[in-house]
Amino acid sequence: MLRHVLVAGAAIAGLVACGPGEQNVDAGDPLAADATPQTMDAATLQALLISVEEGGVVELPEGTIELVDGLSLDVNSVTLRGAGQDKTILDFSGQSGAGEGLLITSDDVIVEGFTMRDTKGDGIKSKGADRITYRDLTVEWSGGPDESNGAYGVYPVESSDVLVERVTVRGASDAGIYVGQSDNIIVRDSLAEFNVAGIEIENSTRADVYNNTVTNNTGGVLVFDLPDLPKIGGHSTRVFGNQIFDNNTRNFAPPGNIVASVPSGTGIIVQANERVEIFDNTLTDNRTAHILLVAYAPEFTDERYNPLPRDIYITQNVYENGGYEPQGDLKMLAMLMGGDLPDIVSDGVNAWPGHEPVDLGLVIDEPETVSYVSLGLGAYPLDPKNLSPTDQRPVSALGERLPTVELSHDK
Amino acid sequence: MKHVLLLILSVALVSCAKAVRPDMSAILNDTPAANLSEYGLFEDAGARQPSQGVVKYDLINPLFSDHADKHRFLFVPDGHSAVYREDDVLDFPVGTVLVKTFAYDERYLETRLLIHKRDGWEALPYIWNETQTEAHYAPIGKRIEIAAGVAGSDVPAFTYAVPNKNQCKTCHQNGDEVHPIGPKVRNLNHQGPHGVNQISDWAERGLLTQLPEQVPVMARAFDPSETIDAQARAYLDINCAHCHKAAGSASNSGLWLDWEISDPVKWGVGKHPTAAGRGSGDALVVIEPGKPLASIMSFRVGSNEPGIAMPELGRALVHAEGAALIDAWIAQMDAVP
Repeated sequence: MLRHVLVAGAAIAGLVACGPGEQNVDAGDPLAADATPQTMDAATLQALLISVEEGGVVELPEGTIELVDGLSLDVNSVTLRGAGQDKTILDFSGQSGAGEGLLITSDDVIVEGFTMRDTKGDGIKSKGADRITYRDLTVEWSGGPDESNGAYGVYPVESSDVLVERVTVRGASDAGIYVGQSDNIIVRDSLAEFNVAGIEIENSTRADVYNNTVTNNTGGVLVFDLPDLPKIGGHSTRVFGNQIFDNNTRNFAPPGNIVASVPSGTGIIVQANERVEIFDNTLTDNRTAHILLVAYAPEFTDERYNPLPRDIYITQNVYENGGYEPQGDLKMLAMLMGGDLPDIVSDGVNAWPGHEPVDLGLVIDEPETVSYVSLGLGAYPLDPKNLSPTDQRPVSALGERLPTVELSHDK
Repeated sequence: MKHVLLLILSVALVSCAKAVRPDMSAILNDTPAANLSEYGLFEDAGARQPSQGVVKYDLINPLFSDHADKHRFLFVPDGHSAVYREDDVLDFPVGTVLVKTFAYDERYLETRLLIHKRDGWEALPYIWNETQTEAHYAPIGKRIEIAAGVAGSDVPAFTYAVPNKNQCKTCHQNGDEVHPIGPKVRNLNHQGPHGVNQISDWAERGLLTQLPEQVPVMARAFDPSETIDAQARAYLDINCAHCHKAAGSASNSGLWLDWEISDPVKWGVGKHPTAAGRGSGDALVVIEPGKPLASIMSFRVGSNEPGIAMPELGRALVHAEGAALIDAWIAQMDAVP
């Protein structure tokens, strides 16, 4: 099977080289060539992504492919494989169309072993693409943190069974690895650095985020839920065994995006989510706070939406040197409390308009050496007058622990 | 060589036959024809003269496509007809072909076919040759340089993009299927290129059945006798809603711009962006009533930069008239106190 696809690919490459408009990707002489093409141009690659048959493999050769347009794949069970992250480079610095570098809209796809560089919008987006695997990829913006970089590096959305592993994302002006409106998710063994948000799980359910290195972002790991989207009500995410340090990069998100409100120097933020477990992480040198638990602050009209973080379990993390120089809105609040912030900070918001205050169900199961504060704000909008900080830990009963996420394509 | 033979053969066929008829086997074949002429949709090689049974039509509001002229034709197989639907695209039978040729005056660039095959619609792009004698199947699309002045006296040189097959689907997606966009009854219900009302004409030709007494009409996006609200919503419906709807490619944005949506938040009023990135243009919400400059919608409709410009596909130029309409619409909305 593999060999056949390669042969067809090489034949198509030959046809395409004759000139645009004349190619016929359904034809192809199987005797024309019998090896992986040594070089590949963008038109050939896109032609392959259209003509590949279900179950086929598209191999990218070593070297750099310059692209002027976004690529797209809409065939099920295809593997798109490069020669390695440091060997196959898809360079989008001359891109003049499409909203992302690669768009995947089919199921059971594997993308692995290449680098996407300098896309004008998002890096790789997969939408409605179930059982997808992102593996051994780099998605980066080579100029470092910059407002003009694309929003998301790796961007699966509206999908079930999402696997992201051994992926490196650098420079995203929103989130490096972003999983949105999806169900059953694993993000592991990856590196997210110099993004606004390192890893973000948003409006999603059942996610395991573990064994990642998350550093030099504005905020490290975000578990968020937002109103006015088709899928709301994010819940059941576990963040564990991650190295989350030095997430002190300035916030370079364009205003208007939700992450533009993330204070530089935060390790983990849980916003408007239900049942989140945070354990076995090492949190070091995050200057605003290691862990932030906050409500969604802007006004909203979506009646399905609950803006509070609730049923959050925090245990057995290692905390070193956090909250020493709070940024953003928290800077002012910290000044009212002496300047620094503790390891774990809750905004203490427990109600929103039209709703009675509720017990947030926070369980902080950490030694007394781990510092905690609830700002006791009660309700938004943020008003320093309402500040009533307490280091008294909430006393909530711990419910049943979340099960391990299992993916049907990751046995 | 094989291509040349085919071309000669098809030219020969066209010139011998008295009346070309659409070829149902080509239309329903699983494999796209290599050349547009193989479908028999036109009498002549240049596709200026439709074959018998192929009907020219137009839309009340077209999608903006870099000022290209569009020549639209409908073919419904003999003995079959489309069934009326009030809010959706007409229910066209298997074998239907929707033909759209993009041109600048007499220079044809591409012809897109939407064919209703036995297992659903398929989008097939064809690109015209230099001599304008044939259009070839081009699933990977093409970029075509357009010189200054060609698309309009004041339009500078730009690169026109023929979409690839996947990009066709991006806009024509409806759930898991490919679906036509334009031929909704409300967008067809006016005097068409034959000088008569298209809906009644199609019914008389037997192309359309189950017509009710009252047929809705879309507001004209650039008719000042319409309310500005109706104009803008009509413009968004045809230019944006193919993706920005519940079953469209941009469903995850929660920004739904179809004509039927009645919740202002869903069409952007006070709505925070989801994945706009630098497309936000430093604005906080999609529509800030009274303030186009503080509205993401104005910023993206008014941009031609990849990663910012909306729609993402199908235009390289800013539609100044459309952008001005959106600005005027937002400007006259009552500001939130």
